[in-house]
Amino acid sequence: MTRRTIAAVACAMVAGLIALDLAAVRPNPYDAPALLALGSGAAPVGGFCGAPASVPGS
Amino acid sequence: MADTTLASAAQPLARRGVGLPFALLVLAAVAATTTLAGARFGLMLVLGLGFGLVLEGLRFGFAGPWRAMILRRDPGGVLAQLLSIALVALAAIPLLGSGADELVGSQGRIGWAMIGGAFVFGTAMQVVLGCGSGTLVNAGSGNAVALVALPLFCIGSLLGTLHLDWWTGLGALPPIVLSGGTGLAVTLALLAGTAAIVLARAAPGTRRIPGRYVLAAVLLAALAIANLVVAGQPWGVVYGLGLWAAKGASAVGVDLSASAFWAAPINAERLGASILTDYTSLTNIGMILGAAWISLRRPGALDQPVARLPARAWVAAALSGLVLGYSSRLAFGCNVGAFYSGIATGSLHGWVWFAAAFAGSVLGLRLRPWFGMEPRQ
Repeated sequence: MTRRTIAAVACAMVAGLIALDLAAVRPNPYDAPALLALGSGAAPVGGFCGAPASVPGS
Repeated sequence: MADTTLASAAQPLARRGVGLPFALLVLAAVAATTTLAGARFGLMLVLGLGFGLVLEGLRFGFAGPWRAMILRRDPGGVLAQLLSIALVALAAIPLLGSGADELVGSQGRIGWAMIGGAFVFGTAMQVVLGCGSGTLVNAGSGNAVALVALPLFCIGSLLGTLHLDWWTGLGALPPIVLSGGTGLAVTLALLAGTAAIVLARAAPGTRRIPGRYVLAAVLLAALAIANLVVAGQPWGVVYGLGLWAAKGASAVGVDLSASAFWAAPINAERLGASILTDYTSLTNIGMILGAAWISLRRPGALDQPVARLPARAWVAAALSGLVLGYSSRLAFGCNVGAFYSGIATGSLHGWVWFAAAFAGSVLGLRLRPWFGMEPRQ
């Protein structure tokens, strides 16, 4: 087995993840935010690795 | 990590034709994301591709340079990381302090679990020779150890979210952020001081940053600043991996609504939304595809056989993946979200994370031979 197989499996896993997710829920392009967050006037709503909202004091 | 010249490292970037069908597929993915989800999300996938292309194309990362510093006292990669963080800080801290409510930095709470999590993450990172971004990039470039670790990384990250409140309850400070002009000056001074310590510890004749590392540092900084401007939040990795596992768990009937983490409005919304609208998911996906793309264009890179390792090495890779995911949640991020983005956006937890994870890396490098990852010294 070569690294090509491993890379192909990794890419297939990504494709499978996206396909399964799209089968469960579809994004709404008409709900899309502005291209850039900076200057949009909208508060950030993305999830992040840092202190989550659920943790008191954060 | 092989030490090549800038010219030879950049050569694959200029090579044409080899991965054309794959390139078209990647471009189609960007177009589809833009059409299905919106232009911002298509752009985030492009930024993720950029991260993958830079990290794999220029052989840059986090675990490798730390290993080089610890084992050979070769400071080039660590200095490049500090340079890249400084470049991001120069833009990010003023932007965050400008009163722009659209942007948020990487914040973490310094505490026992955070410090322990960072230490354990540093250990596991050296066992598999890949941090958060490294595991993604290595999997995309055909590294079997990373491919084994990656799914467990996702599951570990999910498990970490379920226990995060308990661990943080052991004791943690509120987020401490170095902000404004003073915060930027202190951050740059700390980075310069760290670079001075690294240089003082370096082996004679190694006190320089290789050209390809300088290029990687600058390009990564540009991408990280763009990440902040486009997404409104810094570059991160771990959140997306935990989200993937959480979505998988929900799909098979696991109820996550009792979890304080997943019940929080932002996380509950992410759980119910498409991953094509999640910033860290998009940059994670981009990193895997970008690394695969550059590997396709590097002659012979994907024709190498998969490393032959003993069974205990594969078990260690899987367990390390699980530990990487779990510990990075407790530590409020990995090398990217906590160390790189944390320090660059003025969060003090980034510095504590760095110290704890570096200490853990020393242990991890001692463990690698015991797990059969490399010949015993």
